[in-house]
Amino acid sequence: MKTPAQHLRDALQASPTPDRRRFLAGLGALPLLGAAASAPLPASAAVKTQARIVIAGGGAAGLTAASRLSTLLEGASITIVDARKEHYYQPGFTLVAAGIKPQNYVVSGTGDYVPKGVEWVADKVAEIDPEGRKVVTAGGKSLPYDFLIVATGLELNYGGIQGMDTARIGQNGLGSIYHSPQAASATWQAMSGFADKGGVALFGRPAGEMKCAGAPLKYTFITDDHLRRRNNRSKAELIYMAQSKSLFGVPIVAEKVRMLFQDRGVKVNHEHVLQSIDLDKRVATYKTPTGTAEQGYDFINVVPPMRAPEVVRNSPLPWTEGPFAADGWVEVDRETLRHKRYPNVFAVGDIAGVPKGKTAASVKWQVPVAVAHLMGDISGQAATEVYNGYTSCPLITRLGQAMLIEFDYKDNLIMSFPGVIAPLEELWISWVMKTMALKPTYISMLRGRA
Amino acid sequence: MKELDPMVFLAVFQEMLGPMLWVMLIVAALAVAAFVGLLVRDRGIVSRRLVRAELLGLLGGIVALVIMAQVSSSGFTDAGGPADWFLIALVYGVGAVATTILTYAAMGWMSGQTARS
Repeated sequence: MKTPAQHLRDALQASPTPDRRRFLAGLGALPLLGAAASAPLPASAAVKTQARIVIAGGGAAGLTAASRLSTLLEGASITIVDARKEHYYQPGFTLVAAGIKPQNYVVSGTGDYVPKGVEWVADKVAEIDPEGRKVVTAGGKSLPYDFLIVATGLELNYGGIQGMDTARIGQNGLGSIYHSPQAASATWQAMSGFADKGGVALFGRPAGEMKCAGAPLKYTFITDDHLRRRNNRSKAELIYMAQSKSLFGVPIVAEKVRMLFQDRGVKVNHEHVLQSIDLDKRVATYKTPTGTAEQGYDFINVVPPMRAPEVVRNSPLPWTEGPFAADGWVEVDRETLRHKRYPNVFAVGDIAGVPKGKTAASVKWQVPVAVAHLMGDISGQAATEVYNGYTSCPLITRLGQAMLIEFDYKDNLIMSFPGVIAPLEELWISWVMKTMALKPTYISMLRGRA
Repeated sequence: MKELDPMVFLAVFQEMLGPMLWVMLIVAALAVAAFVGLLVRDRGIVSRRLVRAELLGLLGGIVALVIMAQVSSSGFTDAGGPADWFLIALVYGVGAVATTILTYAAMGWMSGQTARS
């Protein structure tokens, strides 16, 4: 008697390939930087299959998954669904907002990276139906699948801040880097204007999960440095509104940031969460354990609350209980990225309901693991690869310097360059990696070459 | 570091430099070939030429640092720790050596002077 898995495997394979080779999906504590090898694709024969794979979302995670799968499989039907023609290199948004890179640095085209043989449906995902094993687009096209990779990314919930208007980013001291390349550029203009005049600048982050928890901190340091370079630091008061009792999820890093903020003269208010803003009067209102607190500002970098996109929240995929349930993150096993209730569904990137970082580095290490397990289903040889929660954050502490911070699910610091780059050290070499090596490595990742 | 996959290295540098990667590699190969060819022709090093090349090399190292600062959007006061000094020395060294080899080879082949003349 065949098991369901065996039935599935036989149905998917056109013919078994005799010299199937195990492929590496190396772990190792290697960063999303220059010369690091994560999971190089093997030079073995592709696995023949008739499997239909749908990838919901064509961002960093979706494209990386498509590139790897299209190389590993022969005969599979792989479809990416994403309406947006532009591809955003999101790790570069902070550099644009810092005045280091131009706006076009972060914009390219989704079409630049869709591999040959992969179909790109340029439409929005309107419905995900894991029971019926299909995805439906906004235009009504039904895409049945044998495997689904959810890579939709997350939704910036600006509506969660009363009074916020994204159309006014760049005006009257309002900044918000995450929104878009245009907004990042407008934020730079607003911040630069502030650096010339001085006043009160507010920084902070939302409660709940977010992508790159380091970015709000980085922008505080960058603003501080611009003020100093213009000899205007004494004219400004910088306040960081921490959403919790800590500045960062990894305790050792939180302590380092606390000391650096002290060194830079940045005031910190803990357990302050932005709930509303008056864009005309320039007053931000924060929820605190003891009530609300108002703070006037001359410049503010608004980081909105983040959650799963509506299409995922409306599906049966999110966690139903626990810390990831409220915002709709997809319920996956943290080590394999496989859905806990629908074994033929995987979630990678920002949408995955796993702890720790939602970053490009996480994508780089998650996707090969998820792909390995998907391949294991097709080939019949269960994969053993495990994702350890690796996240990397080159935390810029001034223009020209950054701290390379890397950690895993256990809050252990990981050192990719032991003996050369100390983890909590402000170094130029880390800045060089961020400005020179990160984007080429990211693009190589999209193409399945890194 | 655990593993250094040369294919990943190549992919990243290709992405970074585009076609310039191949141009630079070809120029480097030609420069080294010209240098070695010169050693063969002159049956050794021509000291005066080498000293001149080395002096230019000292300048070349500085140019390399300036180029590095520009492409990495850095200033000249960004060095934070020993790893940074190592990188600065490396960039300077590569620039100096590359300039020395290039100028020695160029001077040698252009002047037609050999060790015996």
